[in-house]
Amino acid sequence: MDSFIEQAGLGDILAKVRAEERLSLEDGKRLFECPNILAVGYLANIVRERKNGNKAYFIYNQHINYSNVCTNLCKFCAFGKEKGHKQAYEMSIEDIKQKVRERLDEPITEIHMVGGIHPDLPYSYYLDALRGIKEVRPDVHIQAFTCVEIQHLADLAGKSVGDTLEELKEAGLGSIPGGGAEVFSPRIREITCERKLDGEGWLRVTKTAHRHGLNTNATLLYGHIETIQERLEHLDALRTTQDETGGFLAYIPLAFHPKNTAMSEHSRTTGIDDLKNIAVARLMLDNFPHIKAYWVMIGPKLAQVALSFGADDMDGTVKEEIITHMAGGESEQALGHKTLIKLIQEAGREPVERDTLYNVLETF
Amino acid sequence: MQEIIDRVVSGDRITGEEFLCLDKEADLYQLGFMADAIRKRLHPESVVTYVVDRNINYTDICISACKFCAFFKAPEDPQGSMLTREELLNKIRETQELGGTQILLQGGLHPDKPLEFYEDMLRFMKETGIHVHGFSPPEICHFAALSGQSTKDVLKRLMAAGLDSMPGGGAEILNDRVRNMLAPRKCSADHWIAVMEEAHGLGMRTTATMMFGHVETMEERLEHLQRLRDLQDRTGGFTAFIPWPFQPDNTALAAATPIEKTSGFSYLRMLALSRIFLDNFDNIQASWVTQGPKIAQVSLFFGANDFGSTMIEENVVAAAGVHFRLSEQEIKHLVTDAGFEPRQRLMDYSPAS
Repeated sequence: MDSFIEQAGLGDILAKVRAEERLSLEDGKRLFECPNILAVGYLANIVRERKNGNKAYFIYNQHINYSNVCTNLCKFCAFGKEKGHKQAYEMSIEDIKQKVRERLDEPITEIHMVGGIHPDLPYSYYLDALRGIKEVRPDVHIQAFTCVEIQHLADLAGKSVGDTLEELKEAGLGSIPGGGAEVFSPRIREITCERKLDGEGWLRVTKTAHRHGLNTNATLLYGHIETIQERLEHLDALRTTQDETGGFLAYIPLAFHPKNTAMSEHSRTTGIDDLKNIAVARLMLDNFPHIKAYWVMIGPKLAQVALSFGADDMDGTVKEEIITHMAGGESEQALGHKTLIKLIQEAGREPVERDTLYNVLETF
Repeated sequence: MQEIIDRVVSGDRITGEEFLCLDKEADLYQLGFMADAIRKRLHPESVVTYVVDRNINYTDICISACKFCAFFKAPEDPQGSMLTREELLNKIRETQELGGTQILLQGGLHPDKPLEFYEDMLRFMKETGIHVHGFSPPEICHFAALSGQSTKDVLKRLMAAGLDSMPGGGAEILNDRVRNMLAPRKCSADHWIAVMEEAHGLGMRTTATMMFGHVETMEERLEHLQRLRDLQDRTGGFTAFIPWPFQPDNTALAAATPIEKTSGFSYLRMLALSRIFLDNFDNIQASWVTQGPKIAQVSLFFGANDFGSTMIEENVVAAAGVHFRLSEQEIKHLVTDAGFEPRQRLMDYSPAS
């Protein structure tokens, strides 16, 4: 098989991968630019199997988007709405609790809750939301509020990020999702999300969370105006941070969905680009334990194939996903437990139901 | 395994036994690299072709009642319909205005239209100058049975009336155990092959298909591929092979037995295995209609060198609950993004312009 990799011009990178040497940004550029997705995937699969063997993880989770009201109004987002917009909504604490109550008969282990940067919900709302969820479902792990929201909550509270995180933890926060990272490049943020917390700020909040014992995830929003160099600098910043703290659980490349956004002139990402973002990330992020193929964004078929291109996690059953679907996401809103297990098995992997922190709950 | 890989890459033919061995033991990468090496050998110029056409189903009335089909209406069903000449003409005109070069024309096995009806339809269509890629072996067998003529004579008459080429539909799985279970009223595997052989003998080019992922075994898939490869050795008349997975929604088959939709992973494996086994087929088509644009694009690295058709209209897969749509521009974008040059082609794979 090595001859195929050499023919694709990646023989030296294969040697580095085998020797577990860290890849340079230049290596990353060659991987992104390599026209042979099989060769890139093959290399990523070596790392994937080294780190996670034949396991493919999934989680039984529930998504709650407490409000779409947002002052940031990023150009790539179809979800955020100005306050007063006819599609704007915000859930009361009781609404949130009701959402949790409705699915108490399901074996959900994680609630994933994010929203926008709301102009006037008070700090107490967020604490009450966490407490409310825990009241209805005490055992559930709450993964909530991106680093962008955390910074906003700290500003609302008039406290340090660290103190704010401690209070959120006390109220029930278990970990932090990877959203809001977008692309760290100041050029991209200036064009697409100038009002959002900047890349340095995002990383600062992340490191603080890690120091306070909260694990987090990381993302990259790809497939719009970012360059390969900008993708790689983003990955490099994540890798450096992980070297410092070790607090990241998973990296999740997020495919840009243009429909209904202010950037709708862009094409949707292609299958090759989706696989490449997973594979190159697996190769570059040598210190990340997990790479997730988020099926809501790339579709269950490609997410399944991605299990051979570096990904070891398919996320979860996910119901009522709104953010991607408002931007024209066409995948199903929920995949049954059984369907996920079958997809994983058909791909020759071992399905493992995990909790948020990747503890094994059940293997199939 | 390495020995089989080396032989495949150097251009050797594999046996049925080796095919089954690859199915059991080769991983996704081994299959992909082999299929990709074959594609590169057959198509070193890094071009991916596509055709601009439209599927026209002249009727959905069908006596065959195949259990995997969500499109047909039984003859007694009042909802069954037949296209009028005006509808047909409008569809052709629209196709031509969009740069389309051909019509893929298929029924329904209508219970009582005489052969003259189809001859008239072809003559009428050919007045527009469009290429008619029409019917399929089950239709030819059906026309022969209704008219009391041989399939060869039916083919001759249809060709004389303007039939240019024939799609490989109705092959399903070329094994009579499977056909008896799913499509007992459709022509047998032997008849399918015989009609294709006659068509090739008369100088007509055709394609070949396979619908997999229902009740068939891997050995039966192999039998299907073996029969195609043998016929291609005898005639060389097939232009392309097009495998696609059974789409279960709204079908009698899925209602009777729960059948999971073939996954993207399994599709890519089967595509690659087909590319490896069918060494005498020049072209393998990706099925974006069933797989969607993402997997179809990835399949260009698993043996496919053709993106199929723009399908300005498609009814049969849509009836089974799958609604992917792609414009010519999107197809070009996907092909270019995968590192290939997109090129519009005709039915015989020659360039469109």
